[in-house]
Amino acid sequence: MRSLKISIQEQDFSIEDECTAMRAQHKDIGALATFTGLVREMDDESSAEQEVSSLYVEHYPGMTEKNLEEIAEQANQQWPLLDITIIHRIGELKVSEQIVFVGVSSMHREAAFAACTFIMDFLKTKAAFWKKSNNSDNAGHWVEAKESDSDVSEKWAEAKQKR
Amino acid sequence: MATIHYFASIREKLGLSAEQVELPSQVDTVSALVELLIKQHEKDDKEFNSSWGDVLNNTAVLVAVNQTVAKFSSSIKDSDEIAFFPPVTGG
Repeated sequence: MRSLKISIQEQDFSIEDECTAMRAQHKDIGALATFTGLVREMDDESSAEQEVSSLYVEHYPGMTEKNLEEIAEQANQQWPLLDITIIHRIGELKVSEQIVFVGVSSMHREAAFAACTFIMDFLKTKAAFWKKSNNSDNAGHWVEAKESDSDVSEKWAEAKQKR
Repeated sequence: MATIHYFASIREKLGLSAEQVELPSQVDTVSALVELLIKQHEKDDKEFNSSWGDVLNNTAVLVAVNQTVAKFSSSIKDSDEIAFFPPVTGG
């Protein structure tokens, strides 16, 4: 990995600006995979789906950045990567707003796709962020961690064995 | 002095985001710290109807020592930064 950008910020980001910046870094980039996470209107927490009007995102300053650096480093050890950009927003976010961006550049697509998925899987289960969802009645509840998300370590360990 | 942080639902249930605590020498593990905190906040439980015992002894509570995930059996010292939080839900 030649460069790593990590940003935890309240303000929105531009996917285009981030991609343009990554493209400008090197001439040997053949693939740039990106993922953008958005605030979804429906909360799939409980069986009775609730309408979400906004999300509040909290983090642990210092630790969260370290978590993301470690995740990026783990991805870098598994695939031949060029640059990684990870942006996560915090604070109050409304439906359809962007929450998270992961961009991975590589010479070829396989590494970029896989590393992008890997980073998101671990960001969701290892990085110190917490989401609270607020519905229209202003009754907020903290989002519960999903078991399907916490199985990622096993999933990637198996994938690694197969490679 | 150790710095203790509380995040997300735990912060809300306790009504506190951070505090400084002097650790006596026998309080050298996270578990011992939890016991000390529960004792020190007995008055708050009565006044604010909280339950530090229920919140911190919940098996879902995670802990970090100096910003690294740790266990309740992990050692701590007086200059450490210790944080309690629920499972993470970012992304």
